[in-house]
Amino acid sequence: MDWLVHPWPWYVAGPLIGLMVPLMLFIGNRSFGISNNLRHLCAITQPPTVEVDFFRYNWKEHVWSLVFVIGTGLGGYLAGVVFADPNPVQLSQAAQDMLLSWGFLLPSGSLVPDELFHTSVRNFTFLFACGVLVGFGTRYAGGCTSGHAITGLSTLQLPSLYAVLGIFGGGLIASWFLVPHMLIG
Amino acid sequence: MFRYLPYLLVGILFGFVLVKSEAASWYRIQEMFHFQNFHMFGILFSAIATGVVSIQIIKRLGRKKALDGQAIDIPEKAPGTVSYVVGGLIFGFGWGLIGLCPGPMFALAGTGSLGAMVVLAGSLHGTWLYGALKQHLPH
Repeated sequence: MDWLVHPWPWYVAGPLIGLMVPLMLFIGNRSFGISNNLRHLCAITQPPTVEVDFFRYNWKEHVWSLVFVIGTGLGGYLAGVVFADPNPVQLSQAAQDMLLSWGFLLPSGSLVPDELFHTSVRNFTFLFACGVLVGFGTRYAGGCTSGHAITGLSTLQLPSLYAVLGIFGGGLIASWFLVPHMLIG
Repeated sequence: MFRYLPYLLVGILFGFVLVKSEAASWYRIQEMFHFQNFHMFGILFSAIATGVVSIQIIKRLGRKKALDGQAIDIPEKAPGTVSYVVGGLIFGFGWGLIGLCPGPMFALAGTGSLGAMVVLAGSLHGTWLYGALKQHLPH
């Protein structure tokens, strides 16, 4: 059962992720994408006093999608807790050197750095604010990595190429100009 | 409820893959944006290649019906440029900072990561903000 514990190489993981597109079509003519669930969750929880039209629709038609992300959470639990890999992420030497120069410790078993994710008011304020950017941007763009980079490019749609270029551009700016200075000025 | 079971199973597979491939790792995302490892690019390229090939197979074989009897059709994204590029930039900027896009957010929250749940809560607020401001934004 070693294969359930060890990290999976890209040539196993990538095709499995790509298979989500035909699987979702095959199961019920659904377009694979995750970020729409954020909209559905807003539609479910929107109080009647602050009705925004964008969230006024019959979310019950999208229960299949919410079931899918509940599954995603369960899959994360199975992979990260039940079949947890105790070994740290094996980064390239260049990435390790870069992390150290940024003032980060090398990975020690968690997928995310303690420096940004351990419980503190400062960290959680930062994580929340970045979450706002992700949620706002993904809905503005009409999809995220799954809906645009995977489904959109798989079905050769030009708008998805625009979105992917934007996503990668935004990521490059953040990762090259801000992340290096997050811990040390 | 039984008709939702396939979605649950495929969702579990998706979450499992995101964690096992470390696509839900902030470290891997930084490594990707600095072009220091092929791993993440390999995942993305092989996922897209698999998607392209399987869509072509579905089209060529003329598979018309899904399991539940619905006709299979691939929805077209609405035409446009501004919303896709600007929205993508904002999303990508946040992704580059915290290394979690929506799929991995759910997967990592499932592992019990409090931080990932905070990101998820933020993204719900961001989504709501977009809905509230939609009419005033260029698309």
